Amino acid sequence: MDVNNFYVSCERVFNPSLEGRPIIVLSNNDGCAVARSNEVKSLGIKMGQPWFQMRDLAQQHGIIAYSSNYTLYADMSNRVMAILSQFSPNQEVYSIDECFLDLTEFQSLSLVDYGQQIRQRVKLWTGLPVCVGVGPTKTLAKLANHLAKKNPVFNSVCNLNSMNPKEQDRWLSHTAVDEVWGIGTRLAPKLTGMGIRTVLNLKNSDPVTLRSWFGVVVEKTVRELNGIICLELEDISSPKQQIMSSRSFGSYVTRREDLEEAVSSYTTRAAEKLRRQGSVAGSIYVHIRTNPHQKNEPQYGQGMTIPLPEATDDTLKLVKAATWAVRRLYKAGYDYQKASVILSELLPRDVLQQDLFSHDASNGTSTRMKLLDEVNLKMGENTLRLASNGIHQTWGMRSGNRSPAYTTRWTELPKAMAL
Amino acid sequence: MEHSPIPQKSRGGFRPGAGRKPKSGIPGEPSGVMRIPASDKAAVINLINTRRHLRMAPIPAGASRPAIDPPRVLIPQFSNRIAAGFPSPADDYIEDRLDLNQLLVKNVPATYFLDVIGNSMVGAGIFEGDKLVVDRSLEPKHGNIVVAVVDGEHTVKRLFKRAGKIELRSENPQYPPIQFKEGQELLIFGVVTNSIHPAK
Repeated sequence: MDVNNFYVSCERVFNPSLEGRPIIVLSNNDGCAVARSNEVKSLGIKMGQPWFQMRDLAQQHGIIAYSSNYTLYADMSNRVMAILSQFSPNQEVYSIDECFLDLTEFQSLSLVDYGQQIRQRVKLWTGLPVCVGVGPTKTLAKLANHLAKKNPVFNSVCNLNSMNPKEQDRWLSHTAVDEVWGIGTRLAPKLTGMGIRTVLNLKNSDPVTLRSWFGVVVEKTVRELNGIICLELEDISSPKQQIMSSRSFGSYVTRREDLEEAVSSYTTRAAEKLRRQGSVAGSIYVHIRTNPHQKNEPQYGQGMTIPLPEATDDTLKLVKAATWAVRRLYKAGYDYQKASVILSELLPRDVLQQDLFSHDASNGTSTRMKLLDEVNLKMGENTLRLASNGIHQTWGMRSGNRSPAYTTRWTELPKAMAL
Repeated sequence: MEHSPIPQKSRGGFRPGAGRKPKSGIPGEPSGVMRIPASDKAAVINLINTRRHLRMAPIPAGASRPAIDPPRVLIPQFSNRIAAGFPSPADDYIEDRLDLNQLLVKNVPATYFLDVIGNSMVGAGIFEGDKLVVDRSLEPKHGNIVVAVVDGEHTVKRLFKRAGKIELRSENPQYPPIQFKEGQELLIFGVVTNSIHPAK
C-alpha cells in the first residue's frame, strides 16, 4: 500500500481549492521538490529538482509551492497506518506513506476486492488516494503497486497472484528495470548495459551470476521476482538502534555560538525521541560540515563520538556532551551548512546499568525530564526548553509557505464556512 | 569400491578427546561450541568461573538470587498511602476519570476538528467560533449536518436528500439553500457529530 503523492494529497484534504491545480511540496529549507501533484509531473518537473531551477516554470504555470509540513504529514500517516492495521494482524510500516500487510490468511477472499476495500476505507476516512499491490513477495507487491498506479485498467488495485504466468510476464516485460524495488538509479544503467532492460529480463537472469557482479541484494531481488521470499515482513515496533536528528540550516552559520545552539536543539529533539521509545543512549555522535556544493568556498567537515560515562536519556547531560563536541570540532572561517546528532548504543531504560561510582541516585528518567516532556506535550512543542537552544535561532529552517498544523493544534484547525 | 575391514578392536570404548570436557558446564544443561577471539579467551574463562562460583555458593536463608534479566512487572498504583489506621473505604470503588474523547470521538483515525466561521447554522445551535467534531467514516444521510466542499471551501450545512433533490440547507432564513443539479457532484468531507460551544 502506498499513498499517491502523499504530501500533496495531505495538503489537498484540508484545502480543497488545490484540487486539480499544480502543487509541489519543497524539502526542508525550501530547497527542492519532494512531492509533486500529477499536474506538476506532467510539466516534466523531476523529484528532487531544486526550486530555483523551476521558478520561471512555476510562475508560467501557476504552480503552488508549499514548504513541508511534517507535523501534518506525520499525523495523517498515523491515521492511514491505524486504518490499515485493521486489515491484517501483520503490518510493516515501511515509510511515512508505504506499508506492507501480510494477507496470507486472507487468500480465500478475492484479494482484489480486499484491496478495493482497503483503498476505499483509507480514502473515505482520510481523504487520501492510495494504491494497493498484491504479490507473493515484498518485491513483487511493490511492483504490483507500481503497476496499479501507472495503469488505470487496474483501478488502483493490482494483484499479480491472480494473473496467469503469461499475463504476469507480459506486464513485467513492459516495465523498465529501474522500477524494481532496490534497483537504484546507479544500478539500472549497469543492468541495461548488460541487456537487462525490463523487469522480465531481470526475473529471468541468473541470480548467482548477478550476485558475483552486484552483491547479495540484487540476487535476493531476482529471487523475489521469481516468487521466492527473501525479505521477511519486519516488525518495526522494535525500538530503533540509532536516533538521528540532522538538518541543514536556513542560512549559513559562521559563529560557534550559533552552531552550539543548533546542535543543542537537535540533541533536544533526539533526546525526546529517545525517551519516547523508552531507551537510554550510551554514546552521542556530532557532525558539522560546510556545503559540499559550494566548490569555491573552503570546505570542512568533521564529526566525533563521545562515549557517555553512564547511559542516559537526560537532555541536559546529552546537550552538555554535544556542545562540548561542537567546541572541539568548530573551526573559524567556514560557512557551516549542516549539523547532525546521532544517539547510539541504545539500551532499554529498565535494564540500565548503574555506574558504581555514580553520584546520581536517580533510577530511570528523572523527574526533571518527565516534567519537561509533560509540559511540552500539554502546552506545545518547545514551550519549555534549554536556554542553550537559543531564542532567535537565526540558523532556523526556512519554511516560507507552510500550511497550518490542521490536525494537531487547536489554534490552526481548518475552517468550516457557515456563510 | 572396496572397504578395508575395520578391526573389531577399534570399535567403541574410550577415544581420547571425545565427549564433554570435565567441568565444562552444569550437569543436565546442554552446552554449545562458540568461536571467540583468542585475546578474549582468558576473560571468558574468568567470567564462566565466576558464574560457576556464584551458582555453587550456598544461598543464605531468606536471601533471593538477583535475576540476571529481571522481568518487567507493571504494578498498579493506588492513590492512597497505606496508613497505619483504617484503610480508605473508597479504594475498591476507584474508576478512571471521565474522558471527553470517549464521548465525542467514536472513530479516532477518522475524526477531525474544524472551526466554524459565520452564522448560517445558528438554528442548529452552531455558532461562529464553535469547534465541530467531524467523523469521515459515517455515511452522510438526509438530515445530517455535514461539512461539504463547495467552491473549494469546507462548508457546514444540513444535507437534504429527498425526492431526487439534493440540497445543502442553512439553518438561518437569511441564507438560501445550495442546490445540486443532476450530474453535479456533491463532495462531502464528513458528518458533524458534535459541536463544542463555549458557554462564556
